[in-house]
Amino acid sequence: MAKVLMKGNEAIGEAAIRAGCLNYFAYPITPQSEVAEYLSKRLPEVNGVFVQGESEVAVGYMIFGAAACGERVMTTSSSPGVSLMSEAISYIAGARCPAVFVNIVRGGPGLGGILPSQGDYFQATKGGGHGDYHMLVMAPDGVQEAVEMTMKAFPLAEKYRGPVMILGDGLIGQMMEPVEFPDDLYVEPTNKDDWATNGMERRGSSTKNIVKSLYLDPATLNNHNLLLKSQYEQMKREEVRFESYNTDTDYELLIVSYGTMSRVCKTAIDNLKAEGLEIGMVRPQTLFPFPEKAIHDAAAKESCKHVVSIEMSMGQMVEDVERSVKGKKEVTWFGQCGGEVPTPEAVMEHIQTLLNQNQ
Amino acid sequence: MGKTFSKPEALSDAHTHYCPGCTHGIAHRLVAEVIDELGIRGRTVGIAPVGCAVMAYNYFSCDFQEAAHGRAPAMATGMKRVRPDLMVFTYQGDGDLASIGMGEIVHAANRGEKFTTIFINNAIYGMTGGQMAPTTMPGQRATTAPAGRDVEQTGMPIRMCELLSSLATPGYIARQALLRPKYINKAKKSIKQAFEYQMAHKCFTFVELVSTCPTNWGMTPLDSLKWAEDTLLPYYPLGEFKKPE
Repeated sequence: MAKVLMKGNEAIGEAAIRAGCLNYFAYPITPQSEVAEYLSKRLPEVNGVFVQGESEVAVGYMIFGAAACGERVMTTSSSPGVSLMSEAISYIAGARCPAVFVNIVRGGPGLGGILPSQGDYFQATKGGGHGDYHMLVMAPDGVQEAVEMTMKAFPLAEKYRGPVMILGDGLIGQMMEPVEFPDDLYVEPTNKDDWATNGMERRGSSTKNIVKSLYLDPATLNNHNLLLKSQYEQMKREEVRFESYNTDTDYELLIVSYGTMSRVCKTAIDNLKAEGLEIGMVRPQTLFPFPEKAIHDAAAKESCKHVVSIEMSMGQMVEDVERSVKGKKEVTWFGQCGGEVPTPEAVMEHIQTLLNQNQ
Repeated sequence: MGKTFSKPEALSDAHTHYCPGCTHGIAHRLVAEVIDELGIRGRTVGIAPVGCAVMAYNYFSCDFQEAAHGRAPAMATGMKRVRPDLMVFTYQGDGDLASIGMGEIVHAANRGEKFTTIFINNAIYGMTGGQMAPTTMPGQRATTAPAGRDVEQTGMPIRMCELLSSLATPGYIARQALLRPKYINKAKKSIKQAFEYQMAHKCFTFVELVSTCPTNWGMTPLDSLKWAEDTLLPYYPLGEFKKPE
């Protein structure tokens, strides 16, 4: 299929349709409202469902109700909106329903700003809502990867019967890039008759299905949490995705960076290489599960003197990087937030400073 | 002689956890009878609230979802939009619907979502232990209003049927009571009417049922019925407030 030039937000909307998701509920918020605008026009063309909810709180439960029927469903939002949806995400995780959430992150806390940020890393990977749960979190570094991750999100949500999040940022939502929609990423929906509230008649059963998250008996609730935990462990075994960049060299320093920030880092790495300095990078594509082993092994390389987590936040992923490196090398943070993306020059200068300190 | 009275198929064999004298049992039965009479059990999905009826899914024999506090109308919206062929009803109490869930019910009604809400109004929070609800009467004692509801501080009780009837979107809005057989017969008619409108994809449908809570009111079941009739019904008048054209 030929490439088309599309804005990230619109491409994410189209990717959902190509993935077989014809149900979309959302509430407008900058910088992702174009997804809703695009799908309000596009979904009626394919007999899909578009509903603009009255709040992100309500939208979270519209997603829950639709997902509990076993239908593919998605919403998109940005940081303050995702905080409001986090109540529903906890219920959806507890009730084990597949659903896809997209967060086009903006600066925080509070209203913060509307420019790109990676300040929702903790919220996405550590559970923004209450209770013991995780989402599978994927972080695209551009429009093409946003499309592919959106398409992959639906079968993954069904495989684990839980919420999956695409964690982008304002830049990925707003920029235009050439994209294609790979047909081979479409996966037929799974049969959900054993749990979904799709009506006994539809599944030819005389037994009711109940979708719930209440388990008053403590032993039952503990077992329920153990089941969820076993799924998160399975994700750690089967779903870790990352990209290694310039790691076949004797790099002196390892960068860990994701999303938009990682593209800036790639430019910095290329520029430094031209100057004769080798820098490696591991780019997590899944933030949960986190590529712990890849980062651990890359940091362990003898030539590597230092590990730096470069983020558009005040240092969130760096905690997972430290956890992965396990004290083998010194791990520090570099970044900026508020909507200003660090430049390649700023990254290069910081790397030089770190290496001078390590001389 | 044939069987003249039996438990509706839409009710399960489970024993309920409701207190003696509570009217939830009557409400459950009326809904179940309507589901049976319309022959829709196989395509009906109920949504349980947070509150005393949180485990309603154990008492009905159709598919059920369990909502967060107040969010049942949003879940029903999601379900009904993606599966318009399902018959969807929410079952909510007054703390759930008229307090924390006010936003969800008003907007679902205003969008004209084609599901049915059964709204149990007993003027108090039941499951959490008798706290003041938006529907608690002036002067009525509650565990968070030990001297009785002070309307200077908390405003007047909210009348949901009147509030929802003010929306310009067509809907079926009725208030009935579960206090005497004559009211109960009318309640059943309204519930059936609501489900029939839903079957015809006609409009949003809402049936409020004035109910009792002997435990949290601190009264016997019989005194509760009398108090509700004397105190609640004058403020919460019964009838059909709105019907679709």
